[in-house]
Amino acid sequence: MNHNSLFEGQLVCLAPFDPDKDAETEARWTHNTDYMRQTFFEPLRPLSVAQVKKKYEEAHKKEERNFRFAIRTRADDRLIGFVALEWIEWVHGVARFQFGIAEAADRGQGYGAEAVRLMLNYSFNELNLYRLAASVGSYNTGAIRFLERLGFQQEVRRREAIQRDGQYWDDVLYALLRDEWKPTAG
Amino acid sequence: MLLTGSLTRLVALEADQDAELHARWSRDVEFFHLFNFGPARGATAKQAREWLERDADDPNTFVFTILTQDGGKRIGLTDLSVLPRWQDAYLGIGIGERDYWGKGYGTEAVRLVAQFGFAELNLHRITLSVFEFNTRAIRSYEKVGFVVEGRSRQLIQRAGRRWDSITMGLLRSDWKNHGY
Amino acid sequence: MDTNFLTGDLVRLVTPETEQAAACFARWSRDSEYLRFLDTDPARPLVEKWWKEDAEKREPRDNFFPFFIQTIADNKLIGFIGFWFVMWNNADTFVGIGIGEPEYRGKGYGTDAMRIMLRFAFHEINLHRVTLVVFAYNPRAIRSYEKAGFVLEGRERNVIMRDGERHDIYTMGILRSEWEKTQLKAKG
Repeated sequence: MNHNSLFEGQLVCLAPFDPDKDAETEARWTHNTDYMRQTFFEPLRPLSVAQVKKKYEEAHKKEERNFRFAIRTRADDRLIGFVALEWIEWVHGVARFQFGIAEAADRGQGYGAEAVRLMLNYSFNELNLYRLAASVGSYNTGAIRFLERLGFQQEVRRREAIQRDGQYWDDVLYALLRDEWKPTAG
Repeated sequence: MLLTGSLTRLVALEADQDAELHARWSRDVEFFHLFNFGPARGATAKQAREWLERDADDPNTFVFTILTQDGGKRIGLTDLSVLPRWQDAYLGIGIGERDYWGKGYGTEAVRLVAQFGFAELNLHRITLSVFEFNTRAIRSYEKVGFVVEGRSRQLIQRAGRRWDSITMGLLRSDWKNHGY
Repeated sequence: MDTNFLTGDLVRLVTPETEQAAACFARWSRDSEYLRFLDTDPARPLVEKWWKEDAEKREPRDNFFPFFIQTIADNKLIGFIGFWFVMWNNADTFVGIGIGEPEYRGKGYGTDAMRIMLRFAFHEINLHRVTLVVFAYNPRAIRSYEKAGFVLEGRERNVIMRDGERHDIYTMGILRSEWEKTQLKAKG
């Protein structure tokens, strides 16, 4: 059994969010309107530092069904994004999976790929989940390619479920079963 | 990038800072008369804070502080109150810092909020009301594409006379026709 | 303007008092088949008192439209239907339905209720589409939804583990334009 690599990769590590130190960075992310619209289906809403702190406190109450990790670079300990599991149903061993790297400059560097690989390993080997599903907008071609490289299969297309910029987009669901997961993929 | 213009950016309210500013602005009677229906009596920071926090908790309300691009100064507030079934929203705006009146800051902020309403909230239209004596604001709204839709005649009374409140609306098609 | 907006051929949609709702939900939750068709949460009978207290504490939300289904013939409350998560900015919602009284399943009552609810979605709250999820082991419901105009949009594989086997969840959706076609067919 391999004990030392749940949270640490070569480029990044998965860390808890520090409700005091990280609130300012997260508040800044919520003002990055391109990132917010790419990553989330809810209407964009910039938040203050105080509002982010309040969200951390609310999340703390729901920890049993949610896991949200910070992605921090190993080289300079910078907070660059998040990976999260939501709506965990322990009885069935399933969860929804979400991730994001806030600044465009931090994408395409391998940080996201490694963070997600760590999260998949954590989900399947530590939480013993059987299946992870991720919902993405059809406009998010980068995330779609990324999920496909990792072995996720397209399962559901909710047509015209997202409206933005005067256009309709689909909400596409991708899923990965433990039996299909290849730890070195991506 | 949504919410970002050349003169201004729209950002989240910071409860303490913005409550203080809003209370100070509310004591400027000329600003208050342009902005609000109630009698001018000034709000305390605590009252302003309660009012702002209530809006922050409402999923159908989006409130922003107007920040200057140059220097990051907090000069006013703007908000959209959505009526979700009708894809309509009420727009409110107030520039509390007088030095920034009549220089295009307000017009740009209105344009940014309208753009947010159409591009992100998928509104069909935006509504606002403005007092007839607020000619500077009316011109601003017209520049963005708002059209007068009606008047509530002699609605308010101030300084011994009656004034109309004007309702203006901006349809998605009006917005598109303005080249946005 | 249609004054019988919440009334169909077999049923009408109503809003009961909390006591009545609590009594119905508590009774229906003694039926594990009903629970296993309805939800992925582990089947668990409700305590009427706790349900009522929680319901009374709940703040009204503007993205939640719950109704009970009442038969026109004898005013019996047979189930519930509702929009449980309206996403206004996307003009989309999830709809859920459960027929709690077993004698009223498979007889068109659910389909009738769903038709009323779709009209509510498109003509009252002006949505663009409606979504639902249904479990693969509930073919009667799937047929009912197809009759109402829903289209299969995909299946989530092996989501539910029950009785030692894994089962899929289907997602179905109906767009406004598709619903309007069903209305033309009905009139013509």
